[in-house]
Order: sequence, then structure tokens, then C-alpha cells
Amino acid sequence: MTRQEILIELKKVLSPYTLDKETLANIDESTDLIKDLKINSANLVDIIIDAETKYNIEIDYDAADKMINVGGCIDVIEEKTNQQT
Amino acid sequence: MSRRVVVTGMGVVAPNGIGISAFLNAIQNGISGIKFMPLYEELKFSCHVAGKPDFVLEDLKNKNYISEVTFHGLKGTNIGYGLMAALDAWADAGLAYDTDVPRWETGCIFGNSVSDTEAMKNVITRVDNKEAKKLGSRVVEQAMNSGVTSYVSGRLGLGNKVITNSAACATGTQAILMGYETIKDGYAKRMLVGSSEYVDTYVFGSFDSMRVLSRKFNDQPEKASRPMSITAGGFVPGSGAAALILEDLEFALARGAKIYAEVLGGSTNSGGQRTGGSMTAANPVGVVRCIEEAMANSRISGQDVDLISGHLTATNADMQEIQNWCKALNRSGDDFPLMNSPKSMIGHCLSAAGSIESVASILQIVHGFVHPNINFDDPNPEISNYISLNCLPVSVVNKEINIVAKANFGFGDVNSCLIFSKFNPNDTTRNFN
Repeated sequence: MTRQEILIELKKVLSPYTLDKETLANIDESTDLIKDLKINSANLVDIIIDAETKYNIEIDYDAADKMINVGGCIDVIEEKTNQQT
Repeated sequence: MSRRVVVTGMGVVAPNGIGISAFLNAIQNGISGIKFMPLYEELKFSCHVAGKPDFVLEDLKNKNYISEVTFHGLKGTNIGYGLMAALDAWADAGLAYDTDVPRWETGCIFGNSVSDTEAMKNVITRVDNKEAKKLGSRVVEQAMNSGVTSYVSGRLGLGNKVITNSAACATGTQAILMGYETIKDGYAKRMLVGSSEYVDTYVFGSFDSMRVLSRKFNDQPEKASRPMSITAGGFVPGSGAAALILEDLEFALARGAKIYAEVLGGSTNSGGQRTGGSMTAANPVGVVRCIEEAMANSRISGQDVDLISGHLTATNADMQEIQNWCKALNRSGDDFPLMNSPKSMIGHCLSAAGSIESVASILQIVHGFVHPNINFDDPNPEISNYISLNCLPVSVVNKEINIVAKANFGFGDVNSCLIFSKFNPNDTTRNFN
């Protein structure tokens, strides 16, 4: 998966947690989940769980700490899915 | 300084009707909300019937009660009932949901028994399967007892006191009383009060095991809830919620609010589980004292009561309850006021009973009627020893109702009694200043 492909899939993961669909449609790697997408910080854990299920990966505490913006999320998903193959 | 407190909004999610107009129609026409539950037969319960609102959780999202983000991950039915009743009451009071700043003048006292056993089952299963990591962020808020009040106060930005109360079957009346006292004593201008109950299979099964549920009318669900009847063989569990908006009279008048009724006062106490009282039975002395105190606080006498909305669950406690009312009001025989029990139509909604039945009480004041006691075709002959059967209407009575006494009694020997009155703006005897 390319980073762009992950980003497109990531939009679907983030969608239930933001009301700002316009910002979501236009996210890039610098988009901040809490500041830009107005996602409740408690929901970051739900996004991690959804991503784990979707990609069949395990995201540990250290990796989760990096998932504060879209680029960070893509880094973690890319790294964990690569570890599997 | 003491303030007058009025009811300016109502919402209800009842087994025989969701929304005030549907519920009003149901209680005027004696429509039962008790249905056969195939699952309960399968689970080998003795009671196979229940009162369950025709409730669709998705309506909370589809009808814009809450945002799709809040809805995503919401599983708790009890929270769903409570939210819908509370937000309907708020809208009924002519108030808007959205606010950018906290509403410091408004608080919330809303009760329930258990938060949601089905939600807890999910927690237990996941944890036992070593999958605690998969639970996510939305479980605690729905498993905690204050789930309903948290969702309600969050949606509406309520900034005054927010309290979750729990007193078994007395919860609903107690919540209304506590909200009334908060405004009366000047701590808040407006209180959203009420209660909810979701009797899921685990709660139901626990009551079933106590052998206190109806079991002889499984094939005739609408006849299964029979308060005061000779064939009353236990109560029928019901689920649902109701909410009232209580406001300081002057505050309500200043904003031109519609006023349904006035809360004159009330009382809540315990019989101490002594002299006939126990974990599961009410001490008659405590019940009588509670009703007497409610009337004294409301500055009325037993003669002023036009209608009693009883607890009357359809167990053998009904006969004792009638005697308690006689003693507290000092009225009996033909002199006894009219009395009814909404439980004949909706079952016993446990923590939600007090709020749903209070909505019924207020609707009878507003629309001038007394709803029927359905399934009362075979009265317990013992009743005639205390009061006339004429006091227990079996069809709707159209009549002006000024004052209703509403009481509920719960496990733990807790009692709550409220006095509702038609609102009379010229009644200066109510200005307690």
C-alpha cells in the first residue's frame, strides 16, 4: 500500500469520529486529528482499535503516541503492515 | 426565601406510547403496552410478558437528538430512553438544545437502577476473553451509573448541579422531589428531572427468581398486569423513561413559558426496615409518615386530594398500600378520593415508574380526566373493607382534577411522595416568602 492509498482508507476510519466532513475530505499528512478534525481526544483510542481491526495489526502504546496527525497515523500503519509481510 | 416551582415541559418513553400525545391517548383509552416476549419463554423464566417501549435507538441520530459522532458507539438502551425523554421534555418547554456556554442556572437530577447490564456483559465477556484492549473509550461512560445524566447534561450544556439518584422503585419520584427542592431553596432556576429503566434479560431474570412476577397470564399479555385484582399474581416489569422540566415560577413567567402544573411539595423517607418493613417490604408507618409529610410540606390536607396515583404494583402489597393511604389521608369508604395505577397498562417500570407516572398524573390535571384501572374486572374483595370500589374507575372519568398525590415505594424500604396541583396564578397562599 502506498501512503496515498493508506490516507484514502484512513478517511473511512476517521469518519465516524468527526462532524467536520469538509475538513476530512481535504486532509493531508499535516492534518491534526484533535485540532483540525475536532476529534475528542478520548476517541483516539477507538481510532486505534478500528485501525487494528481494519489492517489486522497491533498498535502498542509507543506507536499510538505518534498517531496525533494524519502523517503519524500513516507512518504507524505503514510500519506495522510492512512488519507482517 | 422559598420559591414556587412549576412544570414547563414533559417527555416520555413508555411501553404504551412514546411522546406526550401518544402516551396521553394511551392512558385516556386504557391501552396496554404489555407484550409477549418469546425470549423469556426460551430462557425458562416464569413470566413471559413485559412492558417495553417501541423504541428505536437509531432515532436518536436520525431525528437529530444527538450528533452522529456521539451516536457512534452508543449501545446503552437505558441511556437511549433517558436521552430521548429528557430532550423531548426540553424541546416541549420551548428551549433550544444548542448552546455555546454552560447553562449555569439549569441542573439535572435523573435516576436509574443499574446503568445497563447488557453493556456490562460486553465488558465482562471482553475482559474474560483477555480482550480488554478492544473495549475502547465509550464503555465506561455507558457502564457508569451516571451515564444518563452525563449524556443529557452534555447535550444541553447544563451547568448547575448534576446528580444521578437511585432509590429502586422510588427513584423517579425522588428525582423530581430533589429537583423541586433545589429550585424552591433558590439553588437553581431550572431543573431537568426524571428517571429511566431498561429491564434487560439479566435484571428481569433476577426478579423472576424472586417469584414476584406475573406468571398466570403469559398467554394474555395485556391482561397480565392486574393491580388490586383478586387474580393479581405479581408485577409485570416495564421499561422506559420520563422527564420533567421544573422551573422557578417567576423565571418561567418571565420567559412566557407554558405551565402544565405546580409541584406543591413532597417527601422522601425510609421505614428503616423496622416494624414490618424489610429490604423488600415497606414499613407501613414509614409510608404513612411520608405521605403525611408530603401533604404538610405542600400545605394541603387529605381532603384536598382529588386523585391518588398509587404505587400499586399488583402484588400482595396492594392491600397494605390502600390501608396506608386511608390512614395518611384520614379518608376511607366513599370518602376516599379516586385512585388509579398506570401499572395496569405499562407494568412496573421500576426506577422509571415514578417519572412516567408523574407525567400521567400531570396529564390528568391538565386534561381533566382520571385514567382507567384496566384489568380490574375482579377486584380483591378485601378492598371493600377500606374503600368504596367507586373510587377505582375502570373506564375514563372526565372530571376536573386539582390535586394529585403520587407515591412510589422501593426496595430498601424507601418511600417518595409528590403533590402536584393545577397551576393557579392567583393563589397567593402559595407564596411562601
